[in-house]
Parts: sequence; C-alpha cells; structure tokens
Amino acid sequence: MQIDRYERRWMVLTAVTLAVLFVAVMGSVLGAGIQVPGIDGQVDPRALASTPPFDRPGLRELGPGRYEATIVAFIWAYSPNEIRVPAGSTVTFTLTSRDVVHGFRILDTPVNTMVIPGQVARVTHTFTRPDTYLFVCHEYCGVNHHTMYGRIIVE
Amino acid sequence: MSLAQRRLVSWHLYVAVGALALGASMGPLQALEHMGIDLYRYVPFLASYYQGLSLHGVLNVLVWTTFFISGFLTFVTSATLRRPLYSLRLGWLAWGLMTVGVVMAGWAMLTNQATVLFTSYPPLKGHPAYYFGLTLLVVGTWLVSANLFLTWRQWRREHPTERTPLGAFGALVTFVMWDLASVGLAVESLLMLIPMSLGTVEGTDPVLARAFFWFTGHPIVYFWLLPAYVSWYSMVPKQAGGKLFSDPLARLALLLFIPFSIPVGLHHQFTDPGIAQGWKMVHAALTFVVFFPSAMTAFTLLASLENAGRARGARGWFDWFFRLPWRDPSVAAQLFAMILFALGGISGIINASYNLNLMVHNTAWVPGHFHLTVGSGVTLTFMGISYWLIPYLTGRRLWSPKAALVQAWTWFIGMLIFGRGMHWLGLLGAPRRTMLGAATYAQLRPDWALPSVLVGVGGVILAVSLYLYLVQIVATLFFSREPAQVEVPEAEAVSGPEHAPFWFERWRLWVGAAVGLAALGYVPTLVDLLTRFTPVPGLRVW
Repeated sequence: MQIDRYERRWMVLTAVTLAVLFVAVMGSVLGAGIQVPGIDGQVDPRALASTPPFDRPGLRELGPGRYEATIVAFIWAYSPNEIRVPAGSTVTFTLTSRDVVHGFRILDTPVNTMVIPGQVARVTHTFTRPDTYLFVCHEYCGVNHHTMYGRIIVE
Repeated sequence: MSLAQRRLVSWHLYVAVGALALGASMGPLQALEHMGIDLYRYVPFLASYYQGLSLHGVLNVLVWTTFFISGFLTFVTSATLRRPLYSLRLGWLAWGLMTVGVVMAGWAMLTNQATVLFTSYPPLKGHPAYYFGLTLLVVGTWLVSANLFLTWRQWRREHPTERTPLGAFGALVTFVMWDLASVGLAVESLLMLIPMSLGTVEGTDPVLARAFFWFTGHPIVYFWLLPAYVSWYSMVPKQAGGKLFSDPLARLALLLFIPFSIPVGLHHQFTDPGIAQGWKMVHAALTFVVFFPSAMTAFTLLASLENAGRARGARGWFDWFFRLPWRDPSVAAQLFAMILFALGGISGIINASYNLNLMVHNTAWVPGHFHLTVGSGVTLTFMGISYWLIPYLTGRRLWSPKAALVQAWTWFIGMLIFGRGMHWLGLLGAPRRTMLGAATYAQLRPDWALPSVLVGVGGVILAVSLYLYLVQIVATLFFSREPAQVEVPEAEAVSGPEHAPFWFERWRLWVGAAVGLAALGYVPTLVDLLTRFTPVPGLRVW
C-alpha cells in the first residue's frame, strides 16, 4: 500500500497534535490537580435517613477554612439548598441521591458531578472570591427538573 | 435493481422520514422555549416539555438514523456488488420487526408512559412496551446485517480474488462494528431495563446500567456516521466530478473504527461517581485514537474534492472549492454536512478531554455538539443522499431541485446559529435537557438570554429547512410526473482498490482485535460494578 507524501505528513501531524493535547490534559491532572470524580463509596438509597453522613445533611467545619457539605439530592430539590461559607474556604461536597439520577454543577466553577442513587460522589473546590454561586441539576430527573437548584453564598 | 428490492429499500426510507417528521417537529418548540416562547401548551397531545424532548431524541437519533441506514446500506451493498439481496423475505422480516418496535415505543411515548429521554437512564421507569420496542429495533438491525453478510458471502464465492467494492466494504464495516457494539444495549435492555419495568426485580443498579448503555452509546455515533462516510468516500467524489484520492486509505480509516470505536464509552461517564479515574483516563486516550481515522477522512475528502475542482478547470490554491457543483442539492447538502461535522468534531475533542469535560459535561454544549455531528454531519448527508436515491428508487424526478438547494442552505445557516447558541449557553453553565425558559433559576442568569435567542432563531430556520425537506419528499412521491434518469454514483479512485492489502478483508482479524480491545477497556470496570451491585427501585417521575 502506498501512502502519498502529503497524506503521510498529515497523519504524523494529527498524531502529534493529539499526543500534545493528551499530555496537556495529563499535565492539568497531575500539575493543577483538577480531578474528575472517582470511587468514593456506596450507600443504600432507601436507608439514607439512618446512614451517616446523609442522615444529617448540612455544612460541617473540619478545620480552619475547611468544610464538608453533605447534600442529598431528590426530586426536585437539594437538602440543604443553601450553604454559607467565608471567602477562601475549601469545601468538600459529599453527595448522593435518594431516588433517580441527578446532577450537580456549580456554575462558574469546575465542579461538575453526576449524583447517582447508590453511589457517593465527592468533589472539592476552594471559593476564593465572595459571590453567590448557583448549583443546578443537569440531569433530567422528571417533570420539574428545571426547578431543582440551590446556592452557595461565599461571604 | 429489481422492483421488489427497490420497494424494500423505499419502505425503510419512508419510516425514517416519517419518524423525522414527528421527531424533528419538536425541535423548534424546544428552541423557542429556551428563548422564552412556550408553544408546547398549544400541542394537545403533549403533557410536558420532556415528553416532546423524548419524542425528539428517540425518533431522530434512534429511528430516523436506524431506518435510513438499514435502507441505504442494503441498497449500497446490493448495488455495488451487482447482485440481488440474499433474501428479500429476511429483509422484510427485519423491516417488520423494526417497525413493530417503533410502533410499540412510539405508543408508549405518545401516551406519556415513557418520558425517559433517549438515554432511558434507570431508575426512570418507562412502560415495558417502550423497552421491548427499542429492543426489537436493535434485533431488526442484526437481521439486516445478517442479510448483508450473506449477500457478500455469495459474492465472495464467485469473486474469490477481487477486492470488495468500496461501497459494500463500508456497509460491511458499519455492521460488523454495530453488531459488536450493540451487545451492551442488549444486555442492559434484557437483563436490567425490561425486568425493572415489568417489576420482576426489586430494582437495578443505575451506574452499571449506564456503563452498559454507553458501551453501545458511543459507538452508536459511528453507526450513524459510517454510512455518511460511505457516501462521502465512495459517491461524493463522483458526484462532484472527480476521483477518490486513495481507496486503500479510505478502507483503512473505515476499518479502524471496528477495534477503536467501542472502548471509549466511559468518556460519557467522566463525572460518574463509582467508576475509577484510571479507566476513565484509558478511555480518554482511546477516544483520541478514534479521532485519528476521522482526521484521515478529512484529508482524503479534501484531496478528492480538490481533484474534482481541478477536473472542472480550477487553478491556484483555493479555486477548486468554488468550482465544485454547489448547484447540485445532493452535493451541496453533503458539503455543508462535512463542514458542520468538522466543527462538531472539534467540540467533541473537548468533550473527550478527561477533566476539560468538567466545564461542559451535561451542559447545553453537549446537544450543541451532537446537533453538528449527528444532526448535521449525518442527517444533512442523509438528506443529500435522498435527493438522488429517492428519484432512483421511484423513477420520479426530484420535485424541485431549487427548493432542495434552499433546504441545504437553510440547514447549514440554521445549524451554525443554533450550534453557536448552544455551545455558548453551555460555556455559561446552562444545563442540557432542561426546560430553560421555565427554569426557576434562569432569571438569575441574564447572561443566558442572548445565546438563547440564537438558539431560538437557529431553531426556526431549521424548522423551515425541515419542512422544505418533507414537502420535497412528499411532492416527489405524489406530484412529480417526469421520469428520472439517475445513475448510482460510484467514484473511481486515483489510487485504486488493487493497492489495498488483502488482510483488510480478514474479518476475523478485525473482530478479534475489537473484542480484545473492548474486553481490555471494559471488563475490569464491569466486574467491579457487578461486585458492588446496588439495586435501586424504578420510579415514574413525570
């Protein structure tokens, strides 16, 4: 099989471009530590009321400037749907769903995870500037899906 | 081609166009809703925005594509092998099963009993008829593929030393890939969704179901795309007045989709909890690999089109582009499809980029992306194909080539505006598959207003284009009286099929590579999810 000179150059160029892009992605994972969700535990969605930490959803201070926010998603709201933290706080969000698949996207941040019944999702973000951040459900979860949201108030 | 066989192919196209008519008609309603104009309340049979969205998704991406592909590839295989289909009866059986399936799923959706969207994620619980119907649709495609493989085997016995003609070769590659890929959906449907909807199990594991779904759910995009590639490679160069640049590399590009299309599905689950980051990274890398044959395709197509432009008297560097037969609606539609597909491919690379995906996952960006790929690269190509195929099959001239040309232009312009709006909305964080105009938080985001207007305007232009297409098909069937003189376009190549190595047609080799790579990419994750199986009861939430 003969390959045209220009076509061979194009193929090499494509391969190099893809390799460079992939290395850049790896760099942001290892260097900047921007991670996607992984395996963070499981929970029986029918027994959330008796399973810590989901039996008492809310904000907990772990140390100076470090918080854990436990959030339960259900049709069609989050509990809690409002969280207040001081600017500069690093917040770990621990989420699960009581019923169907939901989403959790904090607008204007890289925080983005699915909230799947049976699975625990854990994501961490540092809020540097004071503002009100919306978080919204981004997975279709029924007829009032578009009413499911909450806020993080960074003071 | 015999009249009986033309009839079989035609009926595939009729169901395809019928599904598109209903499914795509929902599109402008959704686009206008985003802009704040709610026309849904005037549609009597719709209970909610999401019911319309389910119809839009299922009828367009599952029914329109599957029926068009089954009809078109049956046609291509038989036409380029120059022999009748192995069994007409098997062909009609496949069509019948698929049609019964669509009627069942359609009934469930139209009666608001399966408002689960085309991804049907459990524990959303639709009516069993919906899941049975879609299962029949998939089983039908297996019968279609069996018919094509058997037709090819007969041909091979009579032509033991020849290379398979490129058109038939592409059709076989498409179905080899699809038969392997659709196993995931079959497992999810038979072992998880149907038992859940019948209530014979206490529940099902949503993450495991999603893993099976996306096992098929990413390669399904290549099931849609490869038939478009078959047309672009083996027909468009001829229609444009030139030759295919390289037949062997066209074959190689098509073949690479067999092993590399399947172990990439986890890139739809980058943000799913319960799946290890390492395996997500592996799928991210393999997604970059499967971009490679599409990049090869871009080169071969541009070189072939340049060849056509020069054959039509072009000089200089870029003149060839403008010398292409832009007045031929079939060619224009497919050239526009290629341009839009290239843009969609670029946004796809961003989706696939592991953590970059966090910025766009499940935002309006994603439907923006797939309206440029399946909604344009594939759909507009199929529309372009039907501008010669329907006259060929029916013997009736196209009712109005001018209207067809306007249709291609309006789809192109409408999709550019719509796609721009959706990608922009996504970058601003607007969630996908959401009734944005009624969202309680939308007024807190005034920056979503302008891109939403683009979405609405683009959607209206697309609606005009859609109805031009539907009128064209109906008018060609019923009002066009002039006989058509249509030849099946079959492109010659600058570097011909005789340069392709014979192991390109050792199907066992390619299937083996695909099975091996799919197992490597999926078995550890699936075993892990099975050992942590967490049943969740099904729910109706609409």
